[in-house]
Amino acid sequence: MNKNKIIKVKNLVKKFGDFVANDNLNFEVEAGEIFGFLGANGAGKTTAIKILTGLSKPTSGEISVAGYDIYKETEKIKRNIGYMSQKFSLYDDLTVFENIRFYAGIYGMKKQEIIDKTESLLDKLDIRNHKNSLIRSLPLGWKQKLAFSIAIFHNPKIVFLDEPTGGVDPVTRRMFWELIYDASNSGITVFVTTHYMDEAEYCDRISIMDKGKIVALDKPQILKEQYNAANIDEVFVKIAR
Amino acid sequence: MRTILHIIQKEFIQITRDKMMLPIIFVVPIVQLLFLVYAATLEIKNIDLCIVDNDLSTVSREITQKFEASPFFVVKGKTFSVEQSEKLIETGQVDIVLNIPHNFEKDLIRNKKAGIQILVDAINQTTGSIGSSYCNQIIFNYNKNIITKFSDLKTLFEIQDIKTINIEHQFWYNPDLNYKVFMVPGILVILVTIIGMFLSAMNLVKEKEIGTIEQINVTPIKKHQFIIGKMIPFLIIALFELAFGLTLGKILFNIPIIGNLWLVFLSATVYLFVILGFGLLISTLSNTQQQAMFVAWFFMLVFIMMSGLFTPIESMPVWAQKLNLINPVAFFIKILRMVLLKGSEIKDIKNDLFYLFGYGVVVFSFATIRYKKTN
Amino acid sequence: MNFIQKEFRHILRDTRTLIIMFGIPIVQILLFGYVISTEVKNAGIAILDLSKDQATIKITEKLTASGYFKIIKNLNSFDEIEEAFKQGNVKEVVIFEINFDKNLENFNSANVQLIADATDANTANIIVFYTSSIIQNYVNEQNKTIKMPFEIKIDERMLYNEELKSSFMFVPGIMAIILMLISAMMTSISIAREKELGTMEVLLVSPLKPVQIILGKVTPYFILSLINAVSILAVGYFVFDVPVTGSLILLMAETMLFILLALSLGIFISTVAKTQQFAMMLSMFALMLPTMLLSGFVFPIENMPVWLQVICQVMPPKWFIIIIRNIMLKGTGLLYIWKETLILFIFTAFFILLSVKKFKIRLE
Repeated sequence: MNKNKIIKVKNLVKKFGDFVANDNLNFEVEAGEIFGFLGANGAGKTTAIKILTGLSKPTSGEISVAGYDIYKETEKIKRNIGYMSQKFSLYDDLTVFENIRFYAGIYGMKKQEIIDKTESLLDKLDIRNHKNSLIRSLPLGWKQKLAFSIAIFHNPKIVFLDEPTGGVDPVTRRMFWELIYDASNSGITVFVTTHYMDEAEYCDRISIMDKGKIVALDKPQILKEQYNAANIDEVFVKIAR
Repeated sequence: MRTILHIIQKEFIQITRDKMMLPIIFVVPIVQLLFLVYAATLEIKNIDLCIVDNDLSTVSREITQKFEASPFFVVKGKTFSVEQSEKLIETGQVDIVLNIPHNFEKDLIRNKKAGIQILVDAINQTTGSIGSSYCNQIIFNYNKNIITKFSDLKTLFEIQDIKTINIEHQFWYNPDLNYKVFMVPGILVILVTIIGMFLSAMNLVKEKEIGTIEQINVTPIKKHQFIIGKMIPFLIIALFELAFGLTLGKILFNIPIIGNLWLVFLSATVYLFVILGFGLLISTLSNTQQQAMFVAWFFMLVFIMMSGLFTPIESMPVWAQKLNLINPVAFFIKILRMVLLKGSEIKDIKNDLFYLFGYGVVVFSFATIRYKKTN
Repeated sequence: MNFIQKEFRHILRDTRTLIIMFGIPIVQILLFGYVISTEVKNAGIAILDLSKDQATIKITEKLTASGYFKIIKNLNSFDEIEEAFKQGNVKEVVIFEINFDKNLENFNSANVQLIADATDANTANIIVFYTSSIIQNYVNEQNKTIKMPFEIKIDERMLYNEELKSSFMFVPGIMAIILMLISAMMTSISIAREKELGTMEVLLVSPLKPVQIILGKVTPYFILSLINAVSILAVGYFVFDVPVTGSLILLMAETMLFILLALSLGIFISTVAKTQQFAMMLSMFALMLPTMLLSGFVFPIENMPVWLQVICQVMPPKWFIIIIRNIMLKGTGLLYIWKETLILFIFTAFFILLSVKKFKIRLE
């Protein structure tokens, strides 16, 4: 069953000087699941996600992503992942289509493929009229849905989402999660960090981080039972205490 | 290759969409050419002169006339009071005071010797020393005249032995000493440098600030693809700027273009390789646009001031001339002036070109190494 | 007062800004003080000596000994001249005719030809002038034995700068440039930053009056610029031997006035600029180039075309440079420079009024 473990993290440590951002993390993510990474701000979620996407080097630990070693095969990993950062990452001064074409282009997708896929994406997101609008003119919720769609445009095995729903209203968040389910149904593994505890309920499995350590890791249902809590929010409060 | 094309396409769209860019690309060259070219002259003419003639003799009048006729001097004041003339120099209204004392002519004829006083405002040493030399020359020539006029035969015979060396001079490539011809190529270099340096220095750091750089870094794109893709649009824009500036220079100032235009653009490409690399390096080293701007600004100021654009490199101390070995602006100004004004050929500038190219390779390697996809 | 403290803390906490504020001015005045000079030294020349006799060798020696020239090539024929120029380092070719010394001895007259590379018209002019003077000197020495009748003796005095140092010209200019750039640029950027970060709005809705906000912004920069001015003067005095012959108190007062002017200009720029980037660009094009070129600092204003001279009149640094040159080098008092001082006052008042008005408008 080892084959299905698409992300394997063993003894991951990341230090910035004396500060330990990730203190000996151990976890595995199975192919196809939606894996939630929870924690308060500053718990070390973003650091971990940056290491998994190859943006940052770990201090020590054995890590493999999509079957490739994080130290030696970073570039191969990059072909197989998508990433949406917490900072907004589309070009404000490019149009919707130009952004899609650019990112798809650097993943080496063929021109016709890009055009075809763009058409279906525009319909799916219902933004056909805005194909040639500048990103900066779109509302935040649309931008985020678009950023996610672009992150999975090249059909990666895994997509990493770093606080994807920060700052949007509950309705848009709900719609955003529908997109995540869609992606998951099409076989993409989803690795998502969030500090919205209600979103944790949507995940297959969650891990809760506190002060650089993973303090809990299991299915949401099991965690709730274990801590005798009505929702994940309560679980979190109990753990943090 | 296709990846690079995608980046080029994206950069071009972004640059052309920026509302600030159009005025920068078109207005800045015009303003700079007009202002810099007209402002930057060291030609010494119109030296303001005050003549104090307390003698009021034929000789003193003749000397006054000589000065009035000289193209170098403008007689701004005439007075009989030495004190007043000194005040004029103190307030900066005149640069030189010529003081012909009472009984000057009498002394000259009776004692065969008489003195004139010249006061020079020497704060600006160039105007000071050249102005004083002009004065000396005029008086010396006048002196020669009166010798023949006043002398008896015996003295005339004696002074026959005076030796003279006739000095004839020619000014090549620019016989009218039109300094504008000299300034335009230099200003074109500044133009290309400002555009290239700022575009490239701001660019990468801007992606850092808005966060898109992370999105790029998680893609499988190669470092060199990314950097080359970013450089080519800037190169094209800067070369276009050069062409635009050359056209303006031709129309406004009728500068000669003696050398081969292909050679001009070839050397510009090599030069831009260095400048863009420099800008990129600054960009990779900075975290914010403000920092990048400051650093770029500092280097530009030093490069330009030392480049020999405004003040000749020959005037600089030796250590500064040596320091210019790392100043690409100085190299390109020299090359451009040589090719445009003297028609130098590739064999004349090939050493400089190779040097610049090597420089570019070094700077670019540094920038590529410094640009890390992983921290 | 609290507000001023906050500004100070902002500036002092940011090491990079501190380096820019104090390091760069010192580096610049040292560098440019040495580098910016229109004197010609060690200009490369080539000699085409067709006689190679005693006289030509003597003259050649004199040329090198003068320090103005460096002989980098000896040519053998006229054909080589063009080549020498095209390679770029030769600025002038000195050609001695055949039988130079013989002609001078037998016929009392000989010919020298100077060919200058006039692509750089300014330098060419100066080089030809120096060469001619040196050759003329040589003849004069030869003629020493002959007594000149009716000689007009010239008593020449170089006022204010007897040793003809170029630093006398440049130190005041550099001081004006640096004060202008640092004070105006730093304030404009700092205000633009508050705007960008949105903290300006907080200040504007606070009970502080616009004048208070401006004063608070300006005071720290004023003090820092003053420190800068003193250090520049010190470098000028100790490193470049530029004296302060006039009243030091007057000099400092005028400097403060100029800093005030630069600061108010900076505030004005920031009321126009929305972003730091724009403020920086504007400061650079509106301040740096004009200060350098149109203030009479490097290039004499009298030589410019009339339309440009008119523009020069509205360049504040121009007036400041006149003032400090007068005080430092000529030792004149306020009596001689009250006009320039008044002009600086008017500029300052103008910019302050304008910016206060802009602030008010936004409040209403």
